[in-house]
Amino acid sequence: MVENRPWLTVLSHVVLCLGVLVTALPIWIAFVASTHPADSMLSGRTPLLPGGYLLEIYATVLGSGVKAAGSAPVGMMLWNSLVMALMIAVGKIAISIIAAYAIVYFRFPLRKTCFWLIFITLMLPVEVRILPTFGVVASLDMLNSYWGLSVPLIASATATFLFRQFFLTVPEELAEAARIDGAGPLKFFRDILLPLSRTNIAALFVILFIYGWNQYLWPLLVTTDEGFYTIVMGIQRMLQAEDAEPAWHQIMATAMLAMLPPVLVVVFMQRLFVKGLIEQEK
Amino acid sequence: MAGLEFVGVRKTYPNGVRAIHGIDTTVSDGEFVVIVGPSGCGKSTLLRMVAGLETVTEGEIRIGERRVNELEPADRNIAMVFQNYALYPHMSVFDNMAYGLRNRRTPRDEIARRVAEAAGTLQLEGLLDRRPAQLSGGQRQRVAMGRAIVREPEAFLFDEPLSNLDAKLRVQMRLEIKRLQRALGTTSLYVTHDQVEAMTLADRLIVMNAGVAEQIGTPLEIYDAPASLFVAGFIGSPAMNFLPGTVAGDRRGVDLDGSGRTLSVTPPTSVGRGGVTVGVRPEHLEPVSREEAVLEIAVELVEALGADSLVHGQLTGGGSGALVTVRVDGARQVAAGETLSLTVAAKHVHFFDPDDGRRLG
Repeated sequence: MVENRPWLTVLSHVVLCLGVLVTALPIWIAFVASTHPADSMLSGRTPLLPGGYLLEIYATVLGSGVKAAGSAPVGMMLWNSLVMALMIAVGKIAISIIAAYAIVYFRFPLRKTCFWLIFITLMLPVEVRILPTFGVVASLDMLNSYWGLSVPLIASATATFLFRQFFLTVPEELAEAARIDGAGPLKFFRDILLPLSRTNIAALFVILFIYGWNQYLWPLLVTTDEGFYTIVMGIQRMLQAEDAEPAWHQIMATAMLAMLPPVLVVVFMQRLFVKGLIEQEK
Repeated sequence: MAGLEFVGVRKTYPNGVRAIHGIDTTVSDGEFVVIVGPSGCGKSTLLRMVAGLETVTEGEIRIGERRVNELEPADRNIAMVFQNYALYPHMSVFDNMAYGLRNRRTPRDEIARRVAEAAGTLQLEGLLDRRPAQLSGGQRQRVAMGRAIVREPEAFLFDEPLSNLDAKLRVQMRLEIKRLQRALGTTSLYVTHDQVEAMTLADRLIVMNAGVAEQIGTPLEIYDAPASLFVAGFIGSPAMNFLPGTVAGDRRGVDLDGSGRTLSVTPPTSVGRGGVTVGVRPEHLEPVSREEAVLEIAVELVEALGADSLVHGQLTGGGSGALVTVRVDGARQVAAGETLSLTVAAKHVHFFDPDDGRRLG
């Protein structure tokens, strides 16, 4: 589309700049706050330029944790979050790709019913089924464990649905050619379907990793042992320090660290991510 | 190498739709048989039944002497070329051809030898490392052929392999397929809806209509003596003209256009008195003077093809006003609005039962 209306260009740039400002400013302030000593945030005048305590503060946070709040070491919480996010992302992809494979390529009784059963779970996010799920996890003795953190979040209608839609676009003749070439169902899945889904898997991985990383309510419920605290819930706990001012500089540093892994995942997988969302390999 | 045999083959889909109503025929070793018919006539279904991609409801399919009804496609020792080629998009040309061999645990050096040989035959040597997306339509078609050849199967199955190519390439690949099949001597079953492709490729043709093999024979047998109205109309281009004829009282002639002029031909004894459907191919109608004519048409449209022209017109005379197509010499000047007087040699006249379409005589 070719348009030549200068005021429109100006207007759209203004809107975009405002958008960037709204998104980026809080992050910038968090970063600035994490480089000043505790009292400069509380003095009433928020500094807009980074201070000189960057290395010091981050070293403290990563090494010993936010002592004043009695919180777990941030390094360990980051690790817990990483394990949980990876387990959720990998688990969701593995289960939903197999479920989609079964639904698309095999004829079995109640196939449609199965698909719809999976599909309607979209209407039941964790928050809705949180009490029964907690009951199940508790009676399975999975509280305070990585399994407890990740397994209840693994079943995914969204990913199953996406893979199903992708498999439906793969020409039927490909499966037939593979059959004639002597590939059984598992071989076809491994040699043909899996490589073809590569970009879809990458895109889903990015989305699901961030989804897993950002889990807040569920980790809060199933962990009572500090050793399994995740970073997102950990930040919140730091604010609840009793008899002390919140250590804003350390909290902001933790927040910055918590933001980093999702950003890295997006940056490094961006090429595959975009490809998986917009383009099908022919 | 082996022949194929169909014994009372039927196919009924679970929803009750009957696709194939009983096919009995044999394809001998090394023969090139083309199954031709309009869309939905069951020709692809039949081919897929041979491949093992569709189950056989009733009857038996044999490859060589072996009953294959219950065998997996991979165990039938056939190779199939699909309409959209069905190449594996993420594999190189080499891997595409080698995949089936690897699954059969063919030794590595044997795979390399066979692929190299097939690539040589098909002029794919420089392209072995490419992905299908980097190839032209004709090259993809060749890779699909290559994948079939390296298997060294007992039979090739082609499912409209040329319909995705442009017209020029189609003619070229048609020749190449024919040449290759001759050289390899592999029994081949080829499905198409294009009657020109069918005529040029086939040693023998199976003309199918609504799940029934209407006629089985060499292309010229079918052209010269079509067994039914359907076959007559389907094979030959442009299609045969059908005229409502009336047998003269003395059975020495047939009136073609209701004008009273009769073509002197002795109709076969099976032709009853009265009406009969007469088939005449456009290339067998000859323009003649008015006195000799057995029918006349009012010219509506002329398509000049160069070597010859197709003249479309409507029967004049007392009769039906049926549409008639005539193939005339390209040098002959015919204009719309003119009246063209035509005759036909008695040997080129076909008689069909007007009720059930069977050939008479």
